[in-house]
Amino acid sequence: MNATEPSVLTISNLTVEAQSQGAWSPIVRDVSFSLKRGEVLGVVGESGAGKSTVGFSTLGFVADGCRIASGSVIVDGTDLATASDAVCRQMRSTKVAYVAQSAATAFNPAHRLIDQQIEIMVGRGLLSQQEARREAVSIYSRLGLPSPQTIGERYPHQLSGGQLQRAMIAMAIAARPVLIVFDEPTTALDVTTQIGVLKLIREVITEHNAAALYISHDLAVVAQMAHRIMVMREGNVVEEGDTRQIMGAPRHEYTRSLWSFRNLRKQYEPPLAEDTTRRPVLKLNDVSAQYGPVMAVDKASFEVGAGQVVAVVGESGSGKSTLARVVAGLKNTCHGGIISDSGELPDDYRRRSMKQLREFQIIYQFADTALNPRHTVRRILEAPLKLYFQMSRRARVERISELMTLVNLDPGIYLGRRPGELSGGQMQRVAIARALAADPKLIICDEITSSLDQLIAAEIIALLRRLQREKHLSYIFITHDLGVVSAVADRVVVMQNGIIEETGNCETVLDAPTSDYTRRLLAAVPQMDPDWLTATLAQRRTA
Amino acid sequence: MTKAMIQIFQTVGRATLGVQISLLMLLMLCGMAIFGPLVSPYGETKIVGSAYAQWSSEFVLGTDAIGRDILSRLIYGARNTIGIAFIGTTLAFLIGTALGVSSVLAGGWVDQLLGRIFDMLIAIPQLIMALLVLAIVGTSVETLIGVIAVVDSTRVYRVARAATLSVAVQDFVESARVRGESMRTILFGEVLPNVTLPLFTEFGVRFSSVFLFISSLSFLGLGVQPPFADWGSMVKEYAPLLAFGKITPLIPAVTIAALTISVNVVVDWALRLHTAGFGR
Repeated sequence: MNATEPSVLTISNLTVEAQSQGAWSPIVRDVSFSLKRGEVLGVVGESGAGKSTVGFSTLGFVADGCRIASGSVIVDGTDLATASDAVCRQMRSTKVAYVAQSAATAFNPAHRLIDQQIEIMVGRGLLSQQEARREAVSIYSRLGLPSPQTIGERYPHQLSGGQLQRAMIAMAIAARPVLIVFDEPTTALDVTTQIGVLKLIREVITEHNAAALYISHDLAVVAQMAHRIMVMREGNVVEEGDTRQIMGAPRHEYTRSLWSFRNLRKQYEPPLAEDTTRRPVLKLNDVSAQYGPVMAVDKASFEVGAGQVVAVVGESGSGKSTLARVVAGLKNTCHGGIISDSGELPDDYRRRSMKQLREFQIIYQFADTALNPRHTVRRILEAPLKLYFQMSRRARVERISELMTLVNLDPGIYLGRRPGELSGGQMQRVAIARALAADPKLIICDEITSSLDQLIAAEIIALLRRLQREKHLSYIFITHDLGVVSAVADRVVVMQNGIIEETGNCETVLDAPTSDYTRRLLAAVPQMDPDWLTATLAQRRTA
Repeated sequence: MTKAMIQIFQTVGRATLGVQISLLMLLMLCGMAIFGPLVSPYGETKIVGSAYAQWSSEFVLGTDAIGRDILSRLIYGARNTIGIAFIGTTLAFLIGTALGVSSVLAGGWVDQLLGRIFDMLIAIPQLIMALLVLAIVGTSVETLIGVIAVVDSTRVYRVARAATLSVAVQDFVESARVRGESMRTILFGEVLPNVTLPLFTEFGVRFSSVFLFISSLSFLGLGVQPPFADWGSMVKEYAPLLAFGKITPLIPAVTIAALTISVNVVVDWALRLHTAGFGR
């Protein structure tokens, strides 16, 4: 980086406003920064902080119902805040490229990859059809996509998540842009896939000597990728500085609170001593389940003790969600037994008794689809009370406000609201309250924090942990986030390809794993240390 | 209650002129259908004057070939046509929705069987099917309603099934199932409230098409039978008058068009209001 080199991107005093009920209110306030070639700025914050809005502005784009109220966005000499749509369109992809979080929805499912890849080059008349195809193949091979000669002929659904994300990066660099905006590019990927994509993004930035904006809520990831970090909250820049300085000595309190989520484990007391006098609430005996010929779960055995938290971890496709469905009775088994403290359970929920159903409750990943959008919070919480306890109206009202207080929701405010009028965290609290309403012994938590912001996720986990102690509950925590595991779990079950690789106490498994797979999984979890990625990649090369 | 009324008036006040006119038109036509006997000057089948009397203060729209008052027949016709269309569509919706939703919730062979039966019914052109059935069992108001209900329920079944399918896979339905809720609670509590919107839209469209369908049947002589009045048969009956430069036959045709267009405009508007309400 040369100090005299001109900036590729200069944003000064950018304010973006959104219209709600006729009035304009700012969603991004007075943001200024500049980027040179080869430089990466990490943008960190919760959802709604305005990260993506800043990212979009570099494309001269604002979402519907929004406008750039003041300030300038100068990309390679052109101010996109005031430029016409035609100019902005010309700049997109050729000067500025955008890599979105969900590659699966960013691609048009009806067209072959290569047609989408070359569209911009051919459409702008930069290359002929043949040249563009040759170029595309060479990009595919450089980005390490399998069989680069033919992969372009496939449709998006024929690729895995990690491959699609690579294909999208390939599309972004096709026209050799000077600025690339990465908007949560690895959030939807599991840790082992993520590491490969991170490496690739790093290489692409260096190779093209492009400037980059790296937007993410995951601090550890940003720490690996960015030279500088900008922390945003509610549309304002809270803090900006050199990565090492921000990671090492954050000045602002909000930044520090973001950091603390990573260190959740330290805040907790040691796990409760196991109550050996009581039988386990759940015991799986050699349970297998299959989808067609594929063994999704293969001879799984483990126990969940009373008051114990068991985390089931693994990459996507490892069978951990199927395991959860087997326990819930939603997936039929082909072998083995599911045993609760009162005896063996039928594998199909339809054949389980009301009492058996009541004892196991599920909390889903997406609270917005797990709660009926047409029902009020009151009605959602009433359902299990009516069903399991035949409570009178008066008793229900009392119990509902008790439940809501338990999950820190004010009944006076939220009782009459529908899920659409709640935030993500609040919806998840309602879902937790609904599970508690059944007075269960075991709650199955299926990736419940992965669609929430870190701070909200930390609150939810703290809440679950508190409830567990108060109510002596057991949890099965299905997750791919090992940070969550260390925060909640007493025991860990590691799964790969439907097989349980390792089972053990949380500390033992995380600190001294015995299986190779667990070791690899743990090594792939980004650490807050900015040198972690470099070190890990170097280690891999020598190994 | 008054507060709700004020709210309704305010909402209508904010609507576009087209919507307001359509609403007015619907109210008028429905009023005609409901209060027909009270407002019509003469009876439906009563011969009150000479044949083909001119427009006058006595017979506002003149009289027909056997001396019945055309205005009165128009008003009674509203009652017959709208009534049959409304009851027929409602029945079609009850049948189609019930079968469509339970088809998804039951799944398996029930879904397959119902699906194939409705595929078969849908493969036969509506008009031919109706003509056939009416020719076999004879035309009466009951058979007319029955035929409409069965023929139209095939379309409703498809819409209901598709809408339910997208709701049934959601986690909140699964959650209700593993909670142990009865099929009834899942159906009425969880699924139905979430499919009302597409079904409501479909109701508007179907009502219009049923209405046109009855009019065509009547025009062909297979709908509402004389001496009872019906807009479709009135168009047919008075058609010869066109040759004499009279516009009387066009009046029932215009009311048919007005009702159909109004229903569509109002349904569209209600739908927009509803989706806008979701955004809040």
